[in-house]
Amino acid sequence: MENLLNIFIKSIFVDNMVFAFFLGMCSYLAVSKTVKTSIGLGIAVILVILITVPVNYLIENYILKKGALVWLGEGFAEVDLSFLTFIVFIAVIAAMVQLVEMVIEKFSPALYNSLGIFLPLIAVNCAILGASLFMQEREYQSIAEATAFGLGSGIGWMLAIVGISAIREKLRYSNVPDPLKGLGITFILTGLMAIAFMGFMGIKL
Amino acid sequence: MNNQEKEPMFSANNLKLFTTPLSRGNPITVLVLGICSALAITVKLKPSLVMALSVTIVMAISNVVIAIMRKYIPERIRIIVQLVVIATLVILVDQFLKAFAFDVSKQLSVFVGLIITNCIIMGRLEAFALANKPWPSFIDGLGNGAGYGIILIIVGFFREFLGSGTIMDYPVMEKLGIYSIGYENNGMMILPPMALIVVGIIIWFQRSRDKSLVEKS
Repeated sequence: MENLLNIFIKSIFVDNMVFAFFLGMCSYLAVSKTVKTSIGLGIAVILVILITVPVNYLIENYILKKGALVWLGEGFAEVDLSFLTFIVFIAVIAAMVQLVEMVIEKFSPALYNSLGIFLPLIAVNCAILGASLFMQEREYQSIAEATAFGLGSGIGWMLAIVGISAIREKLRYSNVPDPLKGLGITFILTGLMAIAFMGFMGIKL
Repeated sequence: MNNQEKEPMFSANNLKLFTTPLSRGNPITVLVLGICSALAITVKLKPSLVMALSVTIVMAISNVVIAIMRKYIPERIRIIVQLVVIATLVILVDQFLKAFAFDVSKQLSVFVGLIITNCIIMGRLEAFALANKPWPSFIDGLGNGAGYGIILIIVGFFREFLGSGTIMDYPVMEKLGIYSIGYENNGMMILPPMALIVVGIIIWFQRSRDKSLVEKS
């Protein structure tokens, strides 16, 4: 349990998707103009990441990894499908995004209307694919660890986008030099936020 | 089709396709695309070069493939088709790097895979290749790849030069003898936040040179 909590906290603060790995920057920069929309996108990202990381974990460990197909019979012990990783992961993500979209549309039209346009965008959000690839690279031991990592990175991403959008809302009233307006100052602010987040480095439960 | 005048291969129009992304239509600093996988690998110049090259290759080839198939792709499933084409090319690049440049491939870690979700590639496929012939699409891919690469190389150069005092692992600062007069490497440059700030400064520089790019708010 302590281990899970550790992975969870670490993926929110220390290995934050935006500040440590620059993942999901495209939508992070494009959709962070108001707090309201960024909360919507953040929730959508958490939902999708929470589903795709465990699913990809199962696929990785029971189909793709070297020797993972052993449950089919002894003859499959040598089969190594890991070169298919990218294409399988992205297919899973695209399919899951569609599925999540349909489920939300059916059961919560209000949430669907507020997330609507963001859901398709998420299929090409690097944070989602990035989470799956990091899950593969760090070789988590159980599906629970992978899920904790997925949930943590999703929440970390949301934290980042909500933070920057709040700053940008306030920034509208300040006098930024013309060439820095908009994109430039957002980059520099993200840099400063990342420096602040470095204060969490080495956190351990 | 026959009465349509054939455009020469290197016409002024095609040349413009190549040069616009280098400055006024730069994918990173102006269009804000493809930042995701770009910044984390710019600690050193060498991985930045490899990344820039990989993205350019993937973008040029996928642009051509989609431009050839553009009339046969059903509108509704085009995103999946594009993703499959890109993912296939990225797998090829990844396997190639693993075979011939293993240490660089290790440094790039997950970021080679993340070329798939790099928004510039999808963006160019959507905006250009779906509506144009293969040859202009190829030029467009090369141009955007170069525009993306140039930013990576600038950022990579400054971060390596100021952060580790080397260029392509060659100890420039040491050879110049600056350490003996009390110069220290700026360790901050190696950390992730500085990549963002360096890009911010590049944007500042570019927009103060070219006022038409300044955002109106």
